[in-house]
Amino acid sequence: MSGFFEGLAQDFTNNLIVGDRYLLILDGLKTTLIIATGAAIIGVLLGTVLALMRLSNVKIGNKWYILRSLSGAYVNVVRGTPMVVQLMMMYYVILSSTSLSKITISIISFGLNSGAYVSEMIRGGIMAVDKGQEEAGRSLGLSRGLTMRHIILPQSIRIAIPSLFNEFIMLLKETSIVGFIGLMDLTKASDFIRSRTYSAFFPLLIVAAIYLLIVTVLTSFFSKLERRLRAGANK
Amino acid sequence: MQTNSVNPLIQTIELEKDFDGLKVLRGINQSIRKSEKVVVIGPSGSGKSTFLRCLNLLEQPTGGQILFEGVDITDPKTNINLVRRKMGMVFQQFNLFPHMNVLQNMMLSPIKLKILQKEEAEDKAMVLLKRVGLEEKAQAYPKTLSGGQQQRIAIIRALMMEPDVMLFDEPTSALDPEMVGEVLDVMKQLAVGGMTMVVVTHEMGFAREVGDRVLFMDEGKIVEEGKPLEIFSQPKEPRTIDFLRKIL
Repeated sequence: MSGFFEGLAQDFTNNLIVGDRYLLILDGLKTTLIIATGAAIIGVLLGTVLALMRLSNVKIGNKWYILRSLSGAYVNVVRGTPMVVQLMMMYYVILSSTSLSKITISIISFGLNSGAYVSEMIRGGIMAVDKGQEEAGRSLGLSRGLTMRHIILPQSIRIAIPSLFNEFIMLLKETSIVGFIGLMDLTKASDFIRSRTYSAFFPLLIVAAIYLLIVTVLTSFFSKLERRLRAGANK
Repeated sequence: MQTNSVNPLIQTIELEKDFDGLKVLRGINQSIRKSEKVVVIGPSGSGKSTFLRCLNLLEQPTGGQILFEGVDITDPKTNINLVRRKMGMVFQQFNLFPHMNVLQNMMLSPIKLKILQKEEAEDKAMVLLKRVGLEEKAQAYPKTLSGGQQQRIAIIRALMMEPDVMLFDEPTSALDPEMVGEVLDVMKQLAVGGMTMVVVTHEMGFAREVGDRVLFMDEGKIVEEGKPLEIFSQPKEPRTIDFLRKIL
């Protein structure tokens, strides 16, 4: 038994302390959080725009709802192709001639991807708002846009918030594929340590534990926030 | 045309509404004078709510015309948002904005449309709240209010825009019986103040007391109209007689 603990202590020292390898983990963690947060912001903004496009009445000619089609096609393409492929497409093809950093490209890629999913959540939220709300706004002389902005959207985002939180958690874990373009995130850091220490178990265990910890903390924080928002809506 | 069509505030000409082939309104010709109180009654599905909702284009008519203050509002070139400022509407389900408190509900439209400054809007809202006895609810959120309180707020929210006409779509139908009175009182107060009102309702007492004219609708048409006294005590059309017998 003591041998097991000695082994563990040895692993700990080899994988984290020697050569300040814990710094790799911390840097990786920072990268992961930056990408997830940046992508979430882009995702929510883009998702809102896509949802509004999906519900718009702008048409060319008699029945071609151009904004609806564009938004629908975008969502379809993004949801129909793997995230890794999208990321590599951005890095090696679409943005390859730019001087953007790998982190920036990752944020953009994940943001564009997340936007497609978020748009469906917000669209669902918009459609869940009672029809009478729009009628009340319009009957007060507010335009369609003002009604959307001040009456419908605030309510639909409130409705969509649980799924938006969930999307952020998914996003956080999904960023683990940025290693495919050679970016050192949390997951890649463990991989790098393994390549030095030839020990796969310990670095992966540490990394898994960190993901789990973050997700657990976020989940409890989000559910508190959610409860408060719901209480706010009822006050 | 009507005898009272001198300078009508609202005039409908052969107004029609089809919902996918279902004819809900079959040619309504009406003139509503300034200050007139018109009460629309009829069985459910008769088209009375649709008629009311066409007046401010919440429903797009499929035929005929609606003139408001002489302007054809069914003309696509008419800016309907400007027209709607002058036509207040009260709904069966109140439709207060749940994410805003009472004051915010009332101030939203005048402020966003840059009709009033924030302070002016707030002063005006407080005056109206006092008038309906709800000034202590200014900061309250709709969900904490009773149905009767919500509907009174909905009425004065519409009044914030200083409309020339108020449209009421079954304003007391969703209320518990004990709250009907407080809402009708506000409406009566409004009537006394000279507001032009078009009211779809099942409250025959209100129709009799406040109405200048009662329209009885059935199957998308105005079957009979007249002074409340005439309609209620000597209805002529069999369908009116039948309807009144059922509800009175």
